[in-house]
Amino acid sequence: MRKGIRNWGPPLLLLAPSLVLVAIFVYGLIIANIQVSMTDRHSLAAEGAFVGFENYITLLTEGRFLHSLLNLVVFTVVFIAGTMIFGFIWAWLLDKGVKAEGVFRSVYLFPMAVSFVASGVVWRWLLNSAEGDRASGLNRMLQAVGLDFLQNSWWNEPVWGMAAIAMPAIWQLSGYIMALFLAGFRGIPDELREAARMDGASEWKLYRHVIFPQLSPIALSALIIVSHMSLKVFDLIMAVTKAIYQTEVPATYMWIALTSNDYAKASAIATVLLVIASLFIIPYLIHTMREEKRSS
Amino acid sequence: MSQATQTDLSSGVSTRKMAGGAPQQKGPRFVLGRTAKYVILIAFVIVVLMPVYVLLVTSFKPPADVNPESSWGLPLRWPWESVNGGPTGFDNWVTAWDALAPALGRTFLLAIPAALIAAMLGSMNGFVLSRWRFPHASLVFTLILFGMFIPYQAVLTPLVEMKTTLGMPSNILTLLIVHVIYGLPICTLIFRNYYEGVPIELMEASRMDGAGMLRSYASIILPLSLPGFVVTIIWQFTSAWNDYLFALFLTDVQGGPVSLALNNLAQGAQLANYGAAMAGALIASFPTLVVYIILGKYFIGGLMSGSVKS
Repeated sequence: MRKGIRNWGPPLLLLAPSLVLVAIFVYGLIIANIQVSMTDRHSLAAEGAFVGFENYITLLTEGRFLHSLLNLVVFTVVFIAGTMIFGFIWAWLLDKGVKAEGVFRSVYLFPMAVSFVASGVVWRWLLNSAEGDRASGLNRMLQAVGLDFLQNSWWNEPVWGMAAIAMPAIWQLSGYIMALFLAGFRGIPDELREAARMDGASEWKLYRHVIFPQLSPIALSALIIVSHMSLKVFDLIMAVTKAIYQTEVPATYMWIALTSNDYAKASAIATVLLVIASLFIIPYLIHTMREEKRSS
Repeated sequence: MSQATQTDLSSGVSTRKMAGGAPQQKGPRFVLGRTAKYVILIAFVIVVLMPVYVLLVTSFKPPADVNPESSWGLPLRWPWESVNGGPTGFDNWVTAWDALAPALGRTFLLAIPAALIAAMLGSMNGFVLSRWRFPHASLVFTLILFGMFIPYQAVLTPLVEMKTTLGMPSNILTLLIVHVIYGLPICTLIFRNYYEGVPIELMEASRMDGAGMLRSYASIILPLSLPGFVVTIIWQFTSAWNDYLFALFLTDVQGGPVSLALNNLAQGAQLANYGAAMAGALIASFPTLVVYIILGKYFIGGLMSGSVKS
C-alpha cells in the first residue's frame, strides 16, 4: 500500500493540476456547450427548456448556415491546395542545396509570426474590390502590368470570393508547410536515394517510389494541421471583411449569434464545427496513440 | 559521397552537411536549371514580401497622399513634411502609437506570464508522461492532446457564461487564465517529445540513488530542460500575443490586448487613414517579429514539435 502511494502519488501530483483544468475547460465545457445547444435559450430572458435536436434541425435547413458551410468548404479547399503546393515547391527547391538557404527559409516562414489581425490590415487593402480609376491594391497592380481583365471584386464575388480570402491564409501558412516538408526531405536517408539511382531509377521514378512514400506521413500531418486551422478561421475574416454575409463562415456566424444573445444557436453552430473537426482529428489521434504504443 | 543528416528538436531544422560535392554534370543544362531555380525562389521572395512593402510605404504617407493612383508608389515626400500644414507621414505612427500603447503594455503582462506558467505545467506533464509511465499513460496523453485540436468555438459559449457567473472581469487576468489552460496541451506535447530524447539512464541512475520522482524532476530533469522551455515559451508568447478570438469574446477594447486595439483602429480607418492602420499593424507585429528574428530557429522548433516527432 505504501509502495503504491510512493509509485503513483508523485506522478499524479504533478499531473493533477493540468488534468483537472483540461477536464473542466475542455471536456466539461464541451458538454456544457452541447447542453445549451439543446435548449431554447434564444435570448437573455429565455427559460432554457430542453428541445432536443430542434436547434440542429433548424440550423441544417437554414439557407444562411448552409451558405456559411459552403463558404468554409471553398475556403478550405483553396487554402489546403495553396499551402500544400507552395509549401512543397519551396521545400523541394530548397532541399537541393541552395546558397543562402537560411535567408529564403526565413522570408517564406516569417508571415507565420504575424497575427491575422495585423496582416488583415494590409490584405484588406490588397483585396480592395474597387476597379477602374478607383482601384487600389491588387486590382491597381493588375492594371499596371497590363492584366486589367484579371481585375475582380475579390471577396465580394459570390461563392468564389472565398478563394480570395484564402490568399492571405496561404501567404501566412505556406512557410509552415515548407518547414514540415523540408524536415521530411531531410529525414530521407541519402543511401535510399543513392540505392535507387544505382538501380537506374529515373528522377520521376525516384520521386514516385522513394521520396513521396517517405513524405506521406508528413503530408498527412500537414493536411490535418491545415484543415483544422481552416475550420477555425475567424480572425482573418473579421480583420479583412468584418463579419458580413458574403464571407460568412460558421465561426463568424457563431459570433453574430452569441452577440445577439442567441446562446442556443451559437452553441449549436459550435457543436457542428466540433463534430466536423472530430471527424478527422479523432482518427488522427488514435493513429498517433497506436504508433506510440508500438514504439514504447 | 557521405552526408550526415541530423534533426534535433532544439533547432527544429534539420541540417545536412555536404561532405563531398554531388557528382553533377555541369553542362549548360545544369547552369540553366540552377538559374531558373534561383529566379523562381527570388520571385517567391518578392511575392511574400509584397504586403510588407505596402505596410511600410503606406504607413509613411500623409492622408492627403493616399490615393488609388499612387497606391503602389513610394511616399511623395519625406515623412516629416506635411501637405499644406496638414498631418505628416510620421503623424500616422504617432496616432497608431497613441491608440495602441496601453494595449501593448497589457499584452506583455498577458503573454509573458501566460507563457511561463503554461511552460512550467507543460514541463511537469511532459516529464510524467514520458519518463514515469503509468497504466494508460498514452490514453491520458491523447485526451490532453485533443484539447489542442478542438475548435475553440466549442467551448466559447459556456466560457463566456462561466466568466459572467463567476463575476470575472473583462480584462487581461481572465485572458491570462484562459491562455494558460488552452496552452497546456501543446506545451505538454513539446516537453513530452523533448524528454523522450533525454537518456533513460540518467533517470535510472537517480532512482538507484534513492531519489523520488519529485527529486529527480527538480535536480536532473529541470536543469536539462532549457531548450524545451525556450521553444514552449516562444510558442506560447506568440500565440497569446496574436490571439484575437478569446480576446474578442472575453475582454473589451478598454481592457483588452493589442489585437483588439489594432482591429478597433483599423476598422475605423477609411481609405484616407490607411496609413495609421498600417503603422499600427507594424507596431503590433513588432514584438513577435523580434522574437522570430532573434530566436528564429527555436520558433521553427516550436512549430515543428507541434506536429512532427523528433
